[in-house]
Amino acid sequence: MERVPIMKIGQILFVSIQIDLQDDTVLQLQEDLAEKLAASKARGVIIDITAVEIVDSFIGRMLTMIGSISKLFDADTVLVGMRPAVAITLTELGLTLSGVRTALNTEKGLRLLGGSV
Amino acid sequence: MDIDSNQDRMAAFLRDNQEKILARWGELALSSGGGRSSFSEIRSELSDLYPLIVRAMSGADESAAGELKAALAELSRSRARTGATPGETALSVFTLKDAVYELVADQADLTAEYLTFSRMIDDLGLHTFETYAAAREQIIADQAESMLELSTPVVRLWDGIIAVPLVGTLDSARTQLVMEKMLEALVANGADHAVIDITGVPTVDTEVAQHLLKTVMAARLLGAECTICGIRPQIAHTIVSLGIEFGDIATKATLADALAHALNRAGLRVGPA
Amino acid sequence: MDELPIKSGDDVVRVRQCVRTAAAGSGLSLVDQTKVVTAASELARNALIHGGGGLAQVEVTASANGRPGVRVTFSDSGPGIPDVDVAMTDGWTTGSGLGLGLSGARRLVDDFELTSEPGSGTTIVVCKWSR
Repeated sequence: MERVPIMKIGQILFVSIQIDLQDDTVLQLQEDLAEKLAASKARGVIIDITAVEIVDSFIGRMLTMIGSISKLFDADTVLVGMRPAVAITLTELGLTLSGVRTALNTEKGLRLLGGSV
Repeated sequence: MDIDSNQDRMAAFLRDNQEKILARWGELALSSGGGRSSFSEIRSELSDLYPLIVRAMSGADESAAGELKAALAELSRSRARTGATPGETALSVFTLKDAVYELVADQADLTAEYLTFSRMIDDLGLHTFETYAAAREQIIADQAESMLELSTPVVRLWDGIIAVPLVGTLDSARTQLVMEKMLEALVANGADHAVIDITGVPTVDTEVAQHLLKTVMAARLLGAECTICGIRPQIAHTIVSLGIEFGDIATKATLADALAHALNRAGLRVGPA
Repeated sequence: MDELPIKSGDDVVRVRQCVRTAAAGSGLSLVDQTKVVTAASELARNALIHGGGGLAQVEVTASANGRPGVRVTFSDSGPGIPDVDVAMTDGWTTGSGLGLGLSGARRLVDDFELTSEPGSGTTIVVCKWSR
């Protein structure tokens, strides 16, 4: 099973999802993130889903959970780069992903997290 | 469409008298329902159809019925394009019966087969009517789509601010298109604010409100905030009495107000130079 | 027609990829492709988790009035759905995730047919046609 890499730059954790997400992969990502957040003094997480073509209700809920987990470690999460087709589909499914903030791209996401890394 | 095969004698009769029947059919078709086609166009259409009809009648060849249907569908479509009415097109087919009857009238041995032949031609005529209707419906559907596209422009108001003026009723089809265009514009302009102007939306009921909410939800997933403007005094009453609440979505009366609000959010101010 | 077993999380991904290829090849718009693949993902996962595993059949075909599109059939021999009406209601604003994802999937597709008998499994057929 592939693991989604987590990169730490300054006080921000960067996660870029490039693969077709399997359930186990997402669960592993949550675990890995929790560990990294606990171990570091990261104050923010940026999850880049520019390359993600499909977000179903399970993955959507998992992303919201990541937001909640990060909050436990006093970090904010921003989801960036959602594709229009994905946004339209999630809206149709009724998933608002409230609990994670969103931004158009990484640059704007960083601004939301307070400017710099 | 049931084509009664094994009408051998009728088929033979049609083959033997082809020239005479075709000529007469052409005259009758032109005078009763040629639309804007010329005699030679009609003649050529009919002479393409004739052998297919004969083959279908004799039942010798299984593909004949299918080819005949296809040829009739094509006739229907081309007549639709020249503006002939469906009645005219069907009549062009029906007149073959008259052309044949004139020659068959005093041949008692062909009476039974003529009846079957006549029914077959009725079916073919009906088929052209159905294809015609379907072709016109497709044209209407295509036009409706173009109109939908044209009435959903998205403009860039300022850096990071786009405007989506809605004109006409907001149904689910238009909502889909609006969402697609708005989201694409957000990405293309790197925008984080969208102003949705509903001045041109005649009524706002719970369904329209749901569609607006959906649009705002979609924009938020891309990190953009929305402001709804253009709420006319007449619909304000309806909105409130229906209990529609826009929650945390900012609503303003005019586009100008919405722009000022958006600029404010972006930390910009408009003032004298 | 492609047939894929649904016995693991990997299979759910395979179903997604298969439906995506079929949808792309059938002339559906990008948004419609995304919708039908997402619906397929929901239903495949359902078959795995609630149905104890099952089968997906994917085909590129055309609707009754000639529009090209895809048809995906999910079948499992799980416990079945005792109350289909309850399972299907779930206002689209909820999204609480407690439902079976059925009503969400239904909103994403054009045709949705569900047959289920408690004790003899569930079959769901969904179709998405191009405009």
